[in-house]
Amino acid sequence: MKPIRNIMAGVVMGFAASMVAMPVVAETPANMLVIANRIDDITTLDPAESFEFAGSDVSRNVYGKLVNFDPLDLGAGYGPDLAESWTVSDDGKTITFTMRDGVKFHSGNPVRAEDAAWSLQRAVILNKTPSFILTQFGFTAENAMDMIKAEGNTVSITTDKRYATSFVLNCLTSTIGGIVDKEVAMANEADGDMGNIWLKTNTAGSGAYSLVNWKPNESVTLQSNPDFYLGAPAMERVVVRHVQESSTQRLMLERGDIDVARNLNPDDVAGIAGADGVEVDSALRGRLMYISLNQKHPELSKPKVIEAVKYLVDYEGMQNSFLKGQYVIHQNFLPATYLGAVEENPFTLNIEKAKALLAEAGVEGLEIEVGVREAQERIEIAQSLQNTFGQAGIKLNITVGTAKQILGRYRARELDMYMGAWGPDYPDPHTNAGTFAYNPDNSDEAGATGLLAWRNAWDTGGLTAKVAAAVEEGDRDVRSKMYADIQSEFRDIAPFAILYQKIEQTGRAASVANLDLGGAITAVSYWKVTK
Amino acid sequence: MAVVENNGKGRRWSPLSSPAVILTFKTLGSIIVTMLGLAFITFVIGRVMPIDPVLSIVGEQASKSTYDDAYAALGLDKPIIVQFFIYIWDVMHGDFGTSLLTARPVVDDLIRRFPATLELATLGTIMGVTLGVPLGVLAAVNKGSWFDQIARVVALVGYSMPIFWLGLMGLLVFYGILGWVGGPGRVDIFYADIVPSVTGMILLDSMLDGNWDVFWNAMSHIILPATILGYYSLAYISRMTRSFMLEQMSAEYITTARVKGLPERTVIWGHAFKNILVQLITVIALSYANLLEGSVLTEIIFSWPGIGSYITTALLSADMNAVLGGTIVVGLVFVLLNIFSDLLYRVFDPRAK
Repeated sequence: MKPIRNIMAGVVMGFAASMVAMPVVAETPANMLVIANRIDDITTLDPAESFEFAGSDVSRNVYGKLVNFDPLDLGAGYGPDLAESWTVSDDGKTITFTMRDGVKFHSGNPVRAEDAAWSLQRAVILNKTPSFILTQFGFTAENAMDMIKAEGNTVSITTDKRYATSFVLNCLTSTIGGIVDKEVAMANEADGDMGNIWLKTNTAGSGAYSLVNWKPNESVTLQSNPDFYLGAPAMERVVVRHVQESSTQRLMLERGDIDVARNLNPDDVAGIAGADGVEVDSALRGRLMYISLNQKHPELSKPKVIEAVKYLVDYEGMQNSFLKGQYVIHQNFLPATYLGAVEENPFTLNIEKAKALLAEAGVEGLEIEVGVREAQERIEIAQSLQNTFGQAGIKLNITVGTAKQILGRYRARELDMYMGAWGPDYPDPHTNAGTFAYNPDNSDEAGATGLLAWRNAWDTGGLTAKVAAAVEEGDRDVRSKMYADIQSEFRDIAPFAILYQKIEQTGRAASVANLDLGGAITAVSYWKVTK
Repeated sequence: MAVVENNGKGRRWSPLSSPAVILTFKTLGSIIVTMLGLAFITFVIGRVMPIDPVLSIVGEQASKSTYDDAYAALGLDKPIIVQFFIYIWDVMHGDFGTSLLTARPVVDDLIRRFPATLELATLGTIMGVTLGVPLGVLAAVNKGSWFDQIARVVALVGYSMPIFWLGLMGLLVFYGILGWVGGPGRVDIFYADIVPSVTGMILLDSMLDGNWDVFWNAMSHIILPATILGYYSLAYISRMTRSFMLEQMSAEYITTARVKGLPERTVIWGHAFKNILVQLITVIALSYANLLEGSVLTEIIFSWPGIGSYITTALLSADMNAVLGGTIVVGLVFVLLNIFSDLLYRVFDPRAK
């Protein structure tokens, strides 16, 4: 749909500019929250499988987890949810959770330690896309029953070695940590799938909301859970409607047919700014834009060339033009709001400095290929780079292709340079540190295609050990400092230039309060919303 | 026809050799061959496209073992031709497979989506025909007059205006500013899922249920996209009608009719128009079929859950079961409309009997 969207975007821009702000004329019912969003990325609602944004939005409100984030205080990090408390063994390998008493699933079944253990075992055994979030702790289909155990009202999780408790617990807050009603799921099992097919389109959780229905590309309807252990939510019904176009979302918001518009483009945001009864929220997301240089390339592996490239990006220019309202400058691999995130952004466009560095490196008449996926903003960034690189005498040839074509070559370490995006997989710093700065075996044979450092054939040197140490550090503050240090070194030496972090702008009826979109670390929550 | 002649030579009559039965079999045979060919071409194109269906299910970050599991689950490890025959075998058993994107059977998706398109396309075509045909006839009769000029401009605008522009402007004016029509979607959320789904077409279902609140709400939502599609088809139908009519109006039998002193109305509608009906049916059927394919842009702008955006989204994610299922439905629509217009020819054209 991308090309269509691009044509539309152009039209909509002119269209938006000519529009006058209109007063809100209708209202949705007081106990109902109506949201317009693009929900065509939902392909499953099974927490063991769901890995997309709109799916996580549903999951966060439907499934309770052992530990979770408080929507009104995300900065506090994880806290108790279905587990009331937990203890860590002396060797740091076993975490034992005590379950909260009296919590019930939507079916009326009690939430037991057995359900919690089974849900996590299930996610490991099913081996769906997000399963690596759990299997990185050494769980396998064979050992899951022994490593994750329920006993009375406690669940214990034993990892293969010592990890920072904050690392394990952060991972359990992601969608895959959702606790499923075992009885209901197993009653709907087919061919030993542990209820997977049924749970793709149905839910069996204990959260603030239960699913009424999900109509693909049309709507998701949620009904409040009056027995929610934190109290019945004020919004009895939440309807998320699939509305593809920003301008249509804007019209619906202005008409009062919806309370929240999740996908407003910068022009429509500008259009409703200052309108009566409508407010705009900006929320940071986890996605980063970056460029990287293949270290197999004889010239691109020279430290001076790597440094030069970081001065050849028009960070400000792009941020203030075509990326306005969508991305902000961010030059570190941990997104802002993550544990250990830092705010130093030392690089600016400096052609002369880059030229001098290239001269020092003895590089002249360099011609390289950059691979870009066919997405408008990425192509535009590549074109800006082509221009600034050209000013320093580097000829940049842009190759645009589908995900399969470009990622295929990137993973095969064939591209000179890659320009793309990276989204964190779970709300712990290791998700990015473990891919940008960690590469224990840089040989072709290692085939570590999941590691961005490996894809760029970069032997991260001492950083690999530092990342491994940080992931075991038990003290949260010390751990945070370790990531700050790793990022500082990374900024200087890595053949990566992190460019931007995603922001998302949401239009909201002024009457809607306490809507938390989840920042970079989690998804939206509806249960604290009032109108 | 050879068999008919045999019949005439006194062979024992058998129901299988009657012309109607043979025609039916021939028609069925051509449908099956067409559908198989269509499915095969779509299947092959889908497999050679540089889009990875596995990647679109598991995402970029999936581990190798997850990827391999999904790859095998899709049966992609088998040769294309084997995959094709497995698919056809399943289809013959009424199983179109499961869509990767919606996680439910393609048949269910089509049952949900096609009526939405059918409803919209039918209403659009009714508008296009009821306005476009008279417009074309009158323009031809009054060739060169101010009416003809206006009709020409109306049609030209319908042809050349991008449909998404018309859609957005329509929404802005009639929904955003005036508030005369409902917004995007098929009904307001408060009316969703109230009437039981019998035909899947909300207008019909609400009439069957006698729930007029839902009917009028659905009408307020469908009227704008249907008008826009109707305008588009009006432009085409009126221009074709005009040129067919001009051809007839200059024929000698019209002059004869006029010389005989027949009223002008009888000359136009009773003689000339009657003779363009066959051609007109073809034009209308084609235009209707085009709308039934689903208008992707209209569906996107109006958040209309039709078959056009379903197939497009599926195609971009290499969701082949959905693409094939959708293509077969669209193909079937074309074939059926073709047969239907053939039947109408027989009614209106004595020579075709």
